[in-house]
Amino acid sequence: MANVLDVVRRNQESLLQEWLEGIKGGIRRRDLIDDRELKSQAAEVLTMICDAPGEAALDNLNSPPWQPLKDLLASLSTTRAVQGFTPSETAMFILSLKGPIFGLALKLHKNDVDLLFSEITAVDDFIDKLALHTTDSYIHGRDQVIVRQQEEMLELSTPVVTLWDGIVALPLIGTLDSARTQIVMESLLQAIVQTNSRFAIIDITGVPTVDTLVAQHLLKTITAARLMGAECIISGIRPQIAQTIVHLGINLEDVITKAKLSDAFRLALERSGRSVTRNSKSNGPVLSGAREQ
Amino acid sequence: MERIPILRMGNFLLVTIQVDMHDKLALTLQDDLTAKIADVGAKGVLIDISSLEIVDSFIGRTLANIASMARVLDAQTVVVGMQPAVAITLVELGMSLPGIRTALNVESGMEYLKETVIDYRNGEDYDGDSEQD
Amino acid sequence: MTGIVNKTEMLPIKDSSDVVFVRQRVRVWTTQLKFSLVEQTKVVTAASELGRNTLEHGGGGELEISEVVDGIRKGLRLKFSDKGPGIPDIKLALSDGYTSKQGMGLGLGGSKRLMNEFEIESTPGQGTTITVTRWK
Repeated sequence: MANVLDVVRRNQESLLQEWLEGIKGGIRRRDLIDDRELKSQAAEVLTMICDAPGEAALDNLNSPPWQPLKDLLASLSTTRAVQGFTPSETAMFILSLKGPIFGLALKLHKNDVDLLFSEITAVDDFIDKLALHTTDSYIHGRDQVIVRQQEEMLELSTPVVTLWDGIVALPLIGTLDSARTQIVMESLLQAIVQTNSRFAIIDITGVPTVDTLVAQHLLKTITAARLMGAECIISGIRPQIAQTIVHLGINLEDVITKAKLSDAFRLALERSGRSVTRNSKSNGPVLSGAREQ
Repeated sequence: MERIPILRMGNFLLVTIQVDMHDKLALTLQDDLTAKIADVGAKGVLIDISSLEIVDSFIGRTLANIASMARVLDAQTVVVGMQPAVAITLVELGMSLPGIRTALNVESGMEYLKETVIDYRNGEDYDGDSEQD
Repeated sequence: MTGIVNKTEMLPIKDSSDVVFVRQRVRVWTTQLKFSLVEQTKVVTAASELGRNTLEHGGGGELEISEVVDGIRKGLRLKFSDKGPGIPDIKLALSDGYTSKQGMGLGLGGSKRLMNEFEIESTPGQGTTITVTRWK
């Protein structure tokens, strides 16, 4: 008894042509992928469907014979996510296969409506499942992109700068969540060891809010730095943050806080036995052209 | 029996912990160190833990005990070189070792000891032998 | 406790040098699972605390180290079991400052903070099993 898969096998070439027409109709951004690549991808998928071993049933996509096909679709969809296709465009790729196969089924079972119906239902179900699988893979691909970008952002957001021999500063900018605070703090402690700094200034001028968890992380870092033999100074606490800290009942009594980064820097210099003095003759910045007058 | 060596430099004692200490070894160190402080009349103790990969509550407590005992025996203790990961873990564990002086490395630890011991001498008008070379 | 167990290793805890060996083996496992240095240190420290607890409070016992998988997450699970006197009041034992013998009383509560999952089962007179997991 001939079933749809057999007919698909026999008409592979013409089916591929029809399918490609359908796919191209469903993609708006034609610049993202060229026709040749699209054709080779479609041909590969179709070959895998046709070459599936005899025991591969359409109603059991989770059986081992279909694994290669699922893997191929997953990798295609992940690539599409990175290339910038929309989820529906990605799903349309496999969904476009429905029309041509239904056409073949119609020719085959023209005179038997019941058989036609059951064949079409089976194919429809199979392709829907494949489409869901591509969507899942697409989202997985997207997630990976997001994770990578998050990691890159975390790396960018931890600039530990040396202010003086033995004094480092960490200017924090933006909202601090718990994960970011943890990474920021680890890199500060690492920098203390690498630069052999006895003083570390954490400047939070650019931080809009501080919650309990972040404040706790800050305190833990300060304690950890002290265990390592370095002292932390917090500078740039905004009035709102000062209020929050007191309202939340966070104890900053053992922590040195300064209003401005420059005050903190001066304190660190003093504690390390240095002092800042003003040279009496210079009264502020002098433009290079004005010096001769 | 296994022991952690204690070096003497003038009035100071130097200990470098390089092995993964089991509890008995830590207690032996505590005994040896206190005995040696009393023995030589040491005024400062420097413990270098830069090669320790973990400090758990037992080792932490031993360090705190050594510092307290040394203080009673009239010696200052400074613990140097704790690794960042170790420090973070110790804080998470709930130990902040408030009674212990710390320094980044042996050099700054020695500097601290010299300063405090000299300050104390000036105050007491000490006239015994000096540790300077 | 969720997750599928991948590989396991059993270690005896009979004296204080076994605790040192436990630390070393747990370090190897965390390195293989590519934990960050801070995570490794936390897990090894927790293993040291709990290993000592098994030895001092449980009179010795054993540790089962296993790699667990839950979806895309991987983690390390440590199961300490002893046939000691058990813990009469678990809530009290977990509070900071509680100590049965020596130590700062941070063993159980502290290791709970160092790990992601913490489960304790104890029957007075029959023994204690503490299972902890840290996810990557």
